[in-house]
Amino acid sequence: MVVWTDFERSTIENIFSKINYEVVGPAAISRCLIVYPWTQRYFGGFGNLYNAAAIIDNPKVAAHGLVVLKGLELAQKNMDNIKATFADLSKLHSEKLLVDPDNFKLLTDCLAIVVAAELGEDFTAEVHAVFQKFLAVVVASLRKQYY
Amino acid sequence: MSLTDKDKAAVKALWAKISKSADAIGADALGRMIVAYPQTKTYFSHWPSTSYGSAPVMKHGKDIMGGVVLAVSKIDNLVAGLLDLSELHAFKLRVDPANFKLMAHCIMVSIATKFPAEFSPQAHVALDKFLANLALALSEKYR
Repeated sequence: MVVWTDFERSTIENIFSKINYEVVGPAAISRCLIVYPWTQRYFGGFGNLYNAAAIIDNPKVAAHGLVVLKGLELAQKNMDNIKATFADLSKLHSEKLLVDPDNFKLLTDCLAIVVAAELGEDFTAEVHAVFQKFLAVVVASLRKQYY
Repeated sequence: MSLTDKDKAAVKALWAKISKSADAIGADALGRMIVAYPQTKTYFSHWPSTSYGSAPVMKHGKDIMGGVVLAVSKIDNLVAGLLDLSELHAFKLRVDPANFKLMAHCIMVSIATKFPAEFSPQAHVALDKFLANLALALSEKYR
């Protein structure tokens, strides 16, 4: 059972209220596809991913970034029960999308960097630590249904 | 995943823009790593304090960035250029190499907070590769 302090709950809520979903979602996904190009294997139907500029301009990538961020918001709204909340999503990624779960960490690393860039000096060491904990719980929950 | 000429140019270009803040980045990155990944504190039990912004953390963050600066200057042959540092980490410090990844991530987060515009996705991939190769060179003498 994950235990969250009041500080951690309010910090995560704060982060989600401050960030612009339309910027952070697309930026995180496109960064992941650029920095870790092997992740492109899961996006064969997305059209032109030929270079960084193409990835950044790709509307399907942007749309998917928003989908991912909405998923994270779902976790934030159900912080005491992320594992159960994500059970179906985990099965989806495992059985249908067939995503190697090691990729989840690559995306969350990019997310941390994008949120850090958005929040600047407000992304203090304490805020950063809480965000990493949140992301670790999200990743563990997404891995949970793999067998 | 070795460094191409394009990667090296991108790293040097990014470095030119951020090098004046090297000390601040180092102190911030190390401070962050200790707070976000408390298991790394185990290497610093001999310090009077491991708090963010404390004197030992700030000084050591500076030392670490000094190593990164050296690595940038030896980018064409990291293994040879970092041989002494590798021996230090292998035989004296014996830091588990998994921690190099954590430090690299925190360095990049620090750069992102201070230089969001400069740390584009293209700069990010080059720096990520560079820090990974740096870590490999640092672990060269481990076994």
